[in-house]
Amino acid sequence: MGHFTEEDKATITSLWGKVNVEDAGGETLGRLLVVYPWTQRFFDSFGNLSSASAIMGNPKVKAHGKKVLTSLGDAIKNLDDLKGTFAQLSELHCDKLHVDPENFRLLGNVLVCVLAHHFGKEFTPQVQAAYQKVVAGVANALAHKYH
Amino acid sequence: MGAKGEYYPSKLIGKVLKIFCISNFVFDMVSFHRLLVVYPWTQRFFDSFGNLSSPSAILGNPKVKAHGKKVLTSFGDAIKNMDNLKITFAKLSELHCDKLHVDPENFKLLGNVMVIILATHFGKEFTPEVQAAWQKLVSAVAIALAHKYH
Repeated sequence: MGHFTEEDKATITSLWGKVNVEDAGGETLGRLLVVYPWTQRFFDSFGNLSSASAIMGNPKVKAHGKKVLTSLGDAIKNLDDLKGTFAQLSELHCDKLHVDPENFRLLGNVLVCVLAHHFGKEFTPQVQAAYQKVVAGVANALAHKYH
Repeated sequence: MGAKGEYYPSKLIGKVLKIFCISNFVFDMVSFHRLLVVYPWTQRFFDSFGNLSSPSAILGNPKVKAHGKKVLTSFGDAIKNMDNLKITFAKLSELHCDKLHVDPENFKLLGNVMVIILATHFGKEFTPEVQAAWQKLVSAVAIALAHKYH
């Protein structure tokens, strides 16, 4: 896992082209906070996270989700250099935000779920396999500068 | 693990069951197939299954379908016994450890695949709360299957 074939890249960019980053971002981060509630601890300043509907409607969750997925979109343009792309974000998440890197894998799983939900039949096993590689690569890259 | 009321609010259990009954057929057909395609190393446990050389070969493979059905029937038992998963899966846990030598990490992978299949198949019904309930269930099943490992 780690190496992206030309076919992987074509599959990944083709699907990503159809993703509404703002909507998917909010959906992904929101679902992370609902499905894995302990992740809410990193977002104390976000206001009301008291229920699933509060979380999914929270404007700060949506805005931050958009930020995260925009960053992922950059990664998709640089699949051969994820570690380089995420070096500064990795340092930030370790040194300033103190996020356990396991959470990157959880977010990756939730993103794959959101894509599956949105694309239905189009999200074939082959497409899923390509995206699992992306999220695993991104999680590793984000954990890379941890010390 | 905590009491059923704490982990699985009763309205969610109802939704989980409803989805499982509808999706039984869907799961039979595709969950094992998807596992073998998305995580190809899992094919190593199924050497005797014949042709697994491509996604379409895997999809058409009768042994994959039959085994998928077996796994899903067992999962159905889990749903009826959510408070007693460790006991429900005790023998299967011993089997997977002592005879089949399956790394328990693979149970989590299959669980994740099942959640993905639900996501692809159910639109509005696959709400964040339903996703959370299923994620808890598949995690609990994976833990129960690993419980007798030594």
